[in-house]
Amino acid sequence: MSAEEPGRRNVERKAEHLLQVRGLSTHFFTPDGVVQAVDDVTFDVGYGETLGLVGESGCGKSVTALSIARLVPDPPGRIVAGQILFDGIDILKLDDDEVRKLRGKEIGFIFQDPLTSLNPTLTIGYQIAESIREHMGLPQKAARDRVVELLSKVGIPRAKDRLNDYPFQFSGGMRQRVMIAIALSCDPKLILADEPTTALDVTIQAQILELIQTLSSEFHTAVLMITHDLGIAAGMCHRVNVMYAGRIVETGTVDELFERPQMPYAWGLLDSLPRIDDVRGDRLRTIEGMPPLLIRPAEACRFNPRCIYARDVCREKEPSLTSRGTDTHMARCWGTEPGGWIS
Amino acid sequence: MATISRPLPGQVARPKASTGLWRDAFGRLRKNRLAILGLVLVFLLLMAGIFGPIIAPWPYQYQDLKAVAAAGGGPLPPGSPGHLLGTDQLGRDLLSRLLDGARISVTVALVVQLVILVIGVPIGALAGWFGGRLDNLLMRLTDVIYAFPDLLFIILLSVAFRDTLLGQAVDGLLLVFVAIGLTSWVTVTRLVRGQLLALKETEFVEAARAIGVSDSRIVTRHLLPNGMGPIIVAVTLGIPGAILAEATLAYIGIGVRAPRASWGTLVAEGQKFIRSEPHLVLFPAIFIALALIGFTFLGDGLRDALDPKLKGKQ
Repeated sequence: MSAEEPGRRNVERKAEHLLQVRGLSTHFFTPDGVVQAVDDVTFDVGYGETLGLVGESGCGKSVTALSIARLVPDPPGRIVAGQILFDGIDILKLDDDEVRKLRGKEIGFIFQDPLTSLNPTLTIGYQIAESIREHMGLPQKAARDRVVELLSKVGIPRAKDRLNDYPFQFSGGMRQRVMIAIALSCDPKLILADEPTTALDVTIQAQILELIQTLSSEFHTAVLMITHDLGIAAGMCHRVNVMYAGRIVETGTVDELFERPQMPYAWGLLDSLPRIDDVRGDRLRTIEGMPPLLIRPAEACRFNPRCIYARDVCREKEPSLTSRGTDTHMARCWGTEPGGWIS
Repeated sequence: MATISRPLPGQVARPKASTGLWRDAFGRLRKNRLAILGLVLVFLLLMAGIFGPIIAPWPYQYQDLKAVAAAGGGPLPPGSPGHLLGTDQLGRDLLSRLLDGARISVTVALVVQLVILVIGVPIGALAGWFGGRLDNLLMRLTDVIYAFPDLLFIILLSVAFRDTLLGQAVDGLLLVFVAIGLTSWVTVTRLVRGQLLALKETEFVEAARAIGVSDSRIVTRHLLPNGMGPIIVAVTLGIPGAILAEATLAYIGIGVRAPRASWGTLVAEGQKFIRSEPHLVLFPAIFIALALIGFTFLGDGLRDALDPKLKGKQ
């Protein structure tokens, strides 16, 4: 990669953190009631940082990412409260056109399923150039060169020959590389990666993750990595947020979270991973029960029905996120608070 | 990036040259015999429409009165010297008039479909993309148009505007185009709306939104090309309807003005001599039938070619 590479090595910082999410609540107004998919979520993503967002299906990870890009389908969804500051700009105050100019340019998005996220009737070259044309206004020749450069950067061999190919001529892993090229096309400051490897097999998964990691550190791009795979979070992220039932229940650096988890749900998640030293024939450990419906959740710890340590206080009052020894490590649990009964 | 595959030079053989959707579809079309027959018929019709008046032995309005008088005053039968398909009672060469009629039919086929596309696609796209109240409003409008008896509407329109500038233009044909077009855009509108409703939920639309593509661009560049197959089929299959509608109107005396004659007019005129000179009805009728068959076969073939999954399921 040549020396005159137009990377943004020295990102101009307009705020303390690249992304500051404050009290974000996104609700879905369905005929059955209001689903509080994301409820009072607060977190930061630093410039160039990779933050993991982990949790089981339906806990609000994807809706959080969609809210940041203002892509929540409305109706039925709506961001009802909170503030999202991106590089000092309040995203929720922008009009549709201004958000559109931010998407793809400053905020890239990598979707879960590369097989359906590319338009089958348009060439790969067109689809990558689309965002460049939309946001950078490059002349056709320059846009083409940029596409070729992006394609080779994401590891597509003979990039120049493949510009006029259609998505069906690419394998799943290659299509995800193309999606990454699209996400990177305008040098975004933040990439929202919504389970980018879930649809891929394990070897391709490793390649794609390595690619995201390499490119994000090369371009100093922050990544919000949404995953249900704790292994991915441990390998890629600086810090991790654990979400449960629309709320962040624990947050900390990878080391803190994986060595001293402070919330029974996080233990459960860690414990349910198969380990290399498991005895053959042992059953995989699970967390009993189902996540709660998010229509009118009770004023209590949302994990209490599944928690083996739950006491009366857990069923009566919801704990708040409180510090667990360091600035970065916080958890939402009565039992592990100072003076709690779990140690 | 060590894990990224590095093909060794000279070892990568491209499996196949890049082929697009359309080339694939044409490949499938070529294997369909009926579709090729349709394509040939349509091609011949087009050629007749474009070059007909040049290759025609006579001008369509020329009356070979001498030949008629020599034959005893009636229409000349097919095979007469200089008149391959015979003449009518005024000595006008039937072949020449049919070739001129081909031009009318081709124009009807193309212009009416153009009118349908110009009206139908935007309305369908608006309704499908925005949904909600706008969708409801536009769909009720199309319901009204759909419920109205087509022929009655066309006849009313033609009679009402007969003596205006619109009614006079292009030998009275422009009015017919507009009238037929106005009554038949509904099918395409519904089709486009349905396509958009289904396609706008796809993930590539969300992906396009996520990179900041504008709504109008998503509709025109992402959605319509994906829904193009069925639209092309509907348009092709709509052509015989338009040709037939024009012939019907001409048969009952609406539309093209004398001395020009469309195939429908020729059938109507020839009908008077159907017992003694059946060729005056027969040839125009055969031409109409061939044109309809051609477009129908082509339309069916296109449907199979553009959506191979459907094949054999109807």
